[in-house]
Amino acid sequence: MSESSIISLQNVNKWFGDFHVLQDVNLEVKKKERIVVCGPSGSGKSTMIRCINRLEEHQEGKIVVDGIELTGNLKNIDSVRKEVGMVFQQFNLFPHLSVKENITLAPIWVKKMPKAEAEELAMKQLEIVKIPEQANKFPGQLSGGQQQRVAIARSLAMNPNIMLFDEPTSALDPEMIKEVLDVMVDLAEGGMTMIVVTHEMGFAKTVANRMVFMDEGRIVEEAPPDKFFNNPESDRTKLFLSQILNH
Amino acid sequence: MSSENFQQSRTPPIATTGLLGWIRLNLFSSWFNSILTILVIYLLYQILVPFLNWSIFAADFTHNYLGQQIIDRTFCTRVMDPEIGGACWAIIFVRFYQFIYGFYPVEEVWRVNIVYSLLVVAVAPLLIEKFPLRKYFLYFTLIFPIIAYFLLAGGFGLAHVSTKDWGGLLVTLVLGFTGIALAFPLGIVLALGRRSNLPVISMVCTLFIEFIRGVPLITLLFFGMVMLPLFLPEGITLDGLVRCLIAVTLFQGAYMAEVIRGGLQAIPQGQYEAAQSVGLSYWQMNRKIILPQAIRITIPSIVNTSIGLFKDTTLVLIVGQLDLLGIGRAVLAAQTWMGLSIEVYVFVAVVFIIFTFSMSRYSLYLEKKLKTGINMGAD
Repeated sequence: MSESSIISLQNVNKWFGDFHVLQDVNLEVKKKERIVVCGPSGSGKSTMIRCINRLEEHQEGKIVVDGIELTGNLKNIDSVRKEVGMVFQQFNLFPHLSVKENITLAPIWVKKMPKAEAEELAMKQLEIVKIPEQANKFPGQLSGGQQQRVAIARSLAMNPNIMLFDEPTSALDPEMIKEVLDVMVDLAEGGMTMIVVTHEMGFAKTVANRMVFMDEGRIVEEAPPDKFFNNPESDRTKLFLSQILNH
Repeated sequence: MSSENFQQSRTPPIATTGLLGWIRLNLFSSWFNSILTILVIYLLYQILVPFLNWSIFAADFTHNYLGQQIIDRTFCTRVMDPEIGGACWAIIFVRFYQFIYGFYPVEEVWRVNIVYSLLVVAVAPLLIEKFPLRKYFLYFTLIFPIIAYFLLAGGFGLAHVSTKDWGGLLVTLVLGFTGIALAFPLGIVLALGRRSNLPVISMVCTLFIEFIRGVPLITLLFFGMVMLPLFLPEGITLDGLVRCLIAVTLFQGAYMAEVIRGGLQAIPQGQYEAAQSVGLSYWQMNRKIILPQAIRITIPSIVNTSIGLFKDTTLVLIVGQLDLLGIGRAVLAAQTWMGLSIEVYVFVAVVFIIFTFSMSRYSLYLEKKLKTGINMGAD
């Protein structure tokens, strides 16, 4: 692991039953780096980023996040989860809580923040994702794009050093994708370390420092976006790019 | 404009509003429905008229047809002259005290009355979400069982009243409410335990639930009476009513666990993942995210099993506790009131219906409220 890496995956292997979903995955992410992961479905992209905050358990290899190694040790898992925010494809907002309560819940219960302070923080985060006026609504009353922005605000409220995005725009109607991507671009410009699983190649080109292409559980190609899109090395990458860029 | 263009006058359309309209629409919409309606009216007439006659018009309440006050069965009209007499409700009036309090000492009965009144104060804020100052009343609900225990059993200067003297509605309510109240947290713990990732905990909870569910309540009651004392350290004896309470709570807890487990299974995996990813611990996640949603969707089933338990508490009469039904049978066993079993059983049934019907209406009200409330599906 190099000194400046904030996330380090070394020879990570994982199986779902007999299915070898991650095969010798190696990835180093530096502080403030923005990584975009792409690849066909079933290639292990989501599984890989879910291993980084231990929503999935890896069986072999080593994952170190901000100097903390992920093992069965629950304390380590808790510390890592405080460092790492995650945004899901299905938003996963808490439907029985208002937008504001969705955001204040973790600061109040995990960080023991006073309620008033947490609410102030929530409003600040909602300003950042540009929907402060929705604070007292319930998730079911919001559009998909608004829900996803609340989900981002909820993660940011824990003040993470790293943000993981697992296909954040895949469940959205086309006209709502931009509002979510705009928030993510702002976040990237603010210096957040980000790993984003997405098929939004326009976003990847503007934001990514590095592209990671995965197929069948392996990282097939890693390159800066410029080289990745214009001059990919592997045939598999070329085929994938031709399929997603030509339609 | 020529006169041919004017519409011919028509008969008015058949009314579909108002009482007549409703009757026409719902009861006589076709010849088949009409026959059914007439048949049902005839049957109701055949059943209701004799019943109303027996229970109200020909019935004795406190005095018989000669105007004498009824003090035992021999004064009942229907005992004196079966041809003209209806129900003899005097048995309920004369023995009302026993039905409501059992053999609780008369000079101490004010304590039971206070408990009955406080019970309303404790339960109302629990059921009504918009209850004023609900938060503070709920603290009272939490400590109510302790207050009720000392009021009923004695202590702090109040004379001791043995549970052997408790009876009737008092025992039914103590068993029903305590059983439901204790079974709820027990059920939550068992449901979470059964879904635990730790095999030992999951196995213990599963075995416990399956064992208790696989055994009739009456067996558990016998178990509490006969076998529980064998497991207790020497010198410690458990009160008979407490033993029944333990059996009833375990029984209800197992059922509650399965109901709540059903609710837990309906919560999408994403809710767990989102809760974990923001750093909530296992207990915080369950308390704040998972259980509130799971319980909300299972309220109708929770009320359903609670109604079942409330009725099942009558089984304690087999192990010698005089609940409402037990007191009824005790009253009937007395020479002075023998043979008036119909009146007693009807009375007991009506009391049970009042409680269970209220519970079922409440559950319907909640269902309606949840349906019109915030959409629970996030997307």
